[in-house]
Amino acid sequence: MAVLECKNLTKQYGHVTALEDVSFSIEPGRIVGLLGPNGSGKTTLIKLANGLLTPTSGELTICNAAPGKETHAIVSYLPERTSIPLWMTATQLLDFYQDFYKDFRRDAAEEMLAHLNIPAKQRIKQMSKGTREKVQLIVTMSRAAQLYLLDEPIGGVDPATRDYILSTIIGNYNPEAAVVISTHLISDVEKVLDEVIFINQGHVVLQSSVDEIREEKGMSVDALFREVFKC
Amino acid sequence: MKWYFSDSAPIYAQLIRQIKVGIVTGAFPPGERLPSVRDLATEAGVNPNTMQRAFAELERDGLVYSQRTAGRFVTEDRAMIEQTKKGLAECHIKQFLESMDQLGFQRDEVISLLWQETGKEGITDGGSGM
Repeated sequence: MAVLECKNLTKQYGHVTALEDVSFSIEPGRIVGLLGPNGSGKTTLIKLANGLLTPTSGELTICNAAPGKETHAIVSYLPERTSIPLWMTATQLLDFYQDFYKDFRRDAAEEMLAHLNIPAKQRIKQMSKGTREKVQLIVTMSRAAQLYLLDEPIGGVDPATRDYILSTIIGNYNPEAAVVISTHLISDVEKVLDEVIFINQGHVVLQSSVDEIREEKGMSVDALFREVFKC
Repeated sequence: MKWYFSDSAPIYAQLIRQIKVGIVTGAFPPGERLPSVRDLATEAGVNPNTMQRAFAELERDGLVYSQRTAGRFVTEDRAMIEQTKKGLAECHIKQFLESMDQLGFQRDEVISLLWQETGKEGITDGGSGM
């Protein structure tokens, strides 16, 4: 059963079409890159999957259910902007997540905070932008979810932290769960991905496995992306 | 073990080659138990399914084998490991010769350059002149 499935999904904002007739499915155990230039519809797609937007037409399902209360319990979402309460300390945020999500693994979150030397007693407001992003990613990845939707998880952090985040994603790999990573930092995430979905101007232009691309085209996904989306 | 990846070849193929090098050089000794797919994937920074695929191929070739509960092991067949070593060497040599062809060297020139480089006497008298 597909973890995430879109059938003829269309989303319009007034006269602007953000997604048009998008169909694809993502199976459990896959780590998928949602790749496309700015304004291609990546964030719209992720927001639809979270029920923050509703489709204009077509359908999107998570484990066969429309986004809603039941799917929020199995989807762990990292928004593109920091959305955690700034007045909390890191510890309070963990309390909050523990109250909110049954699948929250507090020990995993504490271990990651310690590993990145993030003081548990510090208020999130007092943290740098990069640290805030790390904290939010930590709580997101600490849930034992069925679907992780990560909107630009590595955009705002330094390369060393990027590596740590990616190894966290690999280390948390669960054959029952799927991970969707939206990004344009392709060369950084390429090795971590099973497959990629190229999206451009609201259309899916390619869904393929990373090694299929390398085998058939003899180039990396990053190189192919530059070719397909050449300005 | 340090892992390196190039842009052009499939990642699973690069993993296979590097694991083979690990086996040939004794980083993964014969008969020894291999780390789990997840641990190796984390170490190499690659997708666990890709690592799994690499091992499936190595298993098919007989270089590693699984035991249902105990995990995955390197073969104890030293002749096979020696064969793998030769195979890897042939790969390097083929690549090297291709590069030399590209630069416009004839085979005998290549050989004399090799002699020179390894500090031995050239087999042709004009070893240095080109």
